[in-house]
Amino acid sequence: MAGDIYRKPILFAIASTGMILVGTIVTMVYPMLTPDMHPKMEALKPFTALQLAGRDIYQREGCNNCHTQTVRPLKTEVMRYGEYSKAGEFAYDRPFLWGSKRTGPDLARIGGKYPDVWHYRHFENPQAMFEKSNMPQYAFLKEVKLDLTKVESHMKANDFPFTTSEIATLKDRTEMDALVAYMQVIGTSVRKKEVRAVAEASTRSREKNPFAGDKKAIELGRKLYADNCQMCHGENGKGDMGPSLADDVFFGVKGDLADDDYYEVINNGIEPGMVEEGRIAKSSMPSFKGTLSREQIWSIVAYIRSLQGK
Amino acid sequence: MSDYDYDHETVRGFVLSSVFWGVVGIVIGLWISVQMWSAGWNIAPYFTFGRLRVVHTNGLAFGLGVGAIFGISYYILMRLTKRPLLFPVLARVQLYVFNIAIALAALSLFLGMNQSLEYAELEWPLDIGVVILWVMFAVNVFGTIIKRKEEQMYISLWYVIATVVAVAVLYIVNNLSIPAGWDKSYHLFAGVNSANVEWWYGHNAVGFVFTTPILAMFYYFLPKSTGLPIYSHRLSIIAFWSLIFAYLWTGAHHLVYTPLPDWIQTLAIVFTIFLIAPSWGSVINGYYTVGNDWSKMQTNYLTKFFIWGITFYGLQTVQGPTQGLRVVSQLIHYTDWVPGHVHMGTMGWVTMTVTASMYYIIPKISKTDLYSVKIANTHFWLVLIGQLMFSITMWITGIQQGALWKAVSSDGSLKYTFYETLIRNYPYWQMRTIAGVIFTIGMLFFIYNILMTIRKGKALTASQG
Ligand code: HEC
Ligand code: HEC
Ligand code: HEM
Repeated sequence: MAGDIYRKPILFAIASTGMILVGTIVTMVYPMLTPDMHPKMEALKPFTALQLAGRDIYQREGCNNCHTQTVRPLKTEVMRYGEYSKAGEFAYDRPFLWGSKRTGPDLARIGGKYPDVWHYRHFENPQAMFEKSNMPQYAFLKEVKLDLTKVESHMKANDFPFTTSEIATLKDRTEMDALVAYMQVIGTSVRKKEVRAVAEASTRSREKNPFAGDKKAIELGRKLYADNCQMCHGENGKGDMGPSLADDVFFGVKGDLADDDYYEVINNGIEPGMVEEGRIAKSSMPSFKGTLSREQIWSIVAYIRSLQGK
Repeated sequence: MSDYDYDHETVRGFVLSSVFWGVVGIVIGLWISVQMWSAGWNIAPYFTFGRLRVVHTNGLAFGLGVGAIFGISYYILMRLTKRPLLFPVLARVQLYVFNIAIALAALSLFLGMNQSLEYAELEWPLDIGVVILWVMFAVNVFGTIIKRKEEQMYISLWYVIATVVAVAVLYIVNNLSIPAGWDKSYHLFAGVNSANVEWWYGHNAVGFVFTTPILAMFYYFLPKSTGLPIYSHRLSIIAFWSLIFAYLWTGAHHLVYTPLPDWIQTLAIVFTIFLIAPSWGSVINGYYTVGNDWSKMQTNYLTKFFIWGITFYGLQTVQGPTQGLRVVSQLIHYTDWVPGHVHMGTMGWVTMTVTASMYYIIPKISKTDLYSVKIANTHFWLVLIGQLMFSITMWITGIQQGALWKAVSSDGSLKYTFYETLIRNYPYWQMRTIAGVIFTIGMLFFIYNILMTIRKGKALTASQG
């Protein structure tokens, strides 16, 4: 009698458990047994001790309450943040840190977006860079040294490869160092910036700035520079976290490069190891592909040239 | 002394504890709401937004929510089994352990011990505490039901039983982890799999903490306070079984457009839409119950709490499935729309129903009438206005955020930087704080009313004794 079940609590409990287990098995247990749920990118490496310590701090501070770490395969989202997230990028993430609220921007592609020094300044005082940012200040992380016994036990728990001498080198590193190291590795198993081979560079046809010397373009470039570049390259391009743009040094080598080389680094951004006309970059700069149009980038180049007195 | 006095004291203890943690959680809610438009309100390291937000959510889900579930379920259990609890002392010990656990939980979250799994943030030592508490609860629930003096189990008991088993399974599985010291652990599951397990848990925590036990209260106290029988028993049966069946398939609607395999997302979306049916089964049952005599809305002050509560539940369960659709999700996911949705459920449905149940219980066990129906009505209108203002402002700014993130200029580049989209939220976030203040004042009226009722009861017993 089906009606009996409302008089038999144990039977009722078993029936309820059975009901909840059906969906559980199909959508949670079964997938876990398939390789689909355990993919790994070829370029993905386990976290180093410093990076893992940074990740622990990320968890401790609840950064995931404001930041997501997954780019959806939507056009504007890829424009804003970069290549959409792949399942195989997260094989070492215990737990996943995709988050559910973007009070701040997504961080899935933050690795290599900025130079280290940018992160140090930003963590110390986000409001100094973005006046009304609601991100808390994390200056105290600079004062706290890593606890190496914890670092070691955390590496062990994750079964990540490490050596005791590697851990020992972290003796004087602060929590801020660790957090920055973690930032710089997030999302880097997927190539995001176009790194062009040197050979190709020498054979391509050169493009000239269509706005070279144009007064209106230079004025527009100046405004765009103030909004997008000044934070790193300083007033009038005299240099700050990024190098001077007013001099004739490019990627640390003397001798200026052509307009289209400028166009390219602004468009694609820079990451360490990137080669431009045989010169190798050491640091990072964000890509402006999604946020600046072609005309706008050329206007900025015109403005930079005006700073150089060209 | 009646057989029930000792157990009633335990119930009252849970009610007061729940209210206490509720106040703590709500005050922190106000605090983080201010931090969202004024970073100066962060006090590093312990009181930054990232740490406080989880104290808010855990304080209210586990403190207010689970505290109320323990206390009110015990009250319902005694009435429906027609006997005192089978293990009264165990329930009393559970009350003490509960308060210690919540205090330690809050402390550990301030300290930054955080598993970073939504609604399962507590680290493993506290997880063990939670499991112990749940076992204590289960022992009393099953023991008392087995030894009951009433043949049939009423609808509310079904929901309590489902809550007990489902939460046990969900909580234990999602909290499986590799400990690395007493204050840290790593999820047993990694990457996409970790995400799938967490949201299987996370969504069903909503289902079996903020839905089934609250429905148990609804099905018990609505007929009790109106004197009208539940409209359809058959509808309750269908709604119950289909609800607990369908819920467990839906977790991945939190992971739409993530790298989780598409088929799991799609399946979750389909079941999410189906979930409207059993949810509305209860909504309709509620409406038709009172439909026999709508004048109850005016003559009985509790009726409007329950009817508005179930109305918000109804809106919630239409809005939720809509949010699951890919076209909607791509616009509103990750925006403030979601807290708008969440708080319609937590403030409108859960808190409304829980406080109304407490209004019913406290006078009964204090052997007196409610201190003031007028204050209860003031409480009602303030929380209603506060909650509506909260949700509506968040929906507006959520849609705005989603639209600005997607906006593209005619030259093909993004129109707004992230920072520009951020500061456009501030006026709405400020209005949300005001909404929160209104809600909080409403809750203070409630607490005053409850405390004065208890006092009145004590004075009465003293004068009789
Ligand atoms: C209250 C929410 C909040 C919290 C908590 C928070 N952030 Fe942020 N974060 C923001 C906002 C808003 C921005 C954008 C404005 C800015 O850069 O300050 C931002 C920007 C960033 C950026 C720059 C992203 C980019 O692409 O420009 C990084 C990196 C970052 N946060 C890391 C962190 C880390 C790490 C933590 C935890 C230690 C953290 N945030 C905690 C809100 C938050
Ligand atoms: C987050 C900081 C940051 C921002 C913002 C930034 N840059 Fe850079 N930029 C750098 C760094 C760092 C380098 C040096 C990379 C290297 O040489 O390794 C660099 C290099 C360059 C170079 C190569 C020239 C040279 O002297 O090496 C150009 C040109 C340039 N940036 C232009 C711009 C323009 C234009 C903008 C604004 C649209 C901009 N940058 C915004 C950090 C930044
Ligand atoms: C004065 C009343 C309240 C205020 C001011 C308030 C404020 C907030 C704020 C600011 C957030 C963070 C939103 C974000 O990150 O964008 C939040 C999240 C949350 N609150 Fe409240 N809250 C209140 C009442 C409640 C109540 C009564 C409950 C439950 C019973 C609750 C449950 C939650 C939950 C579950 C979340 C997480 C939402 C998510 O992940 O999307 N809140 N609240």
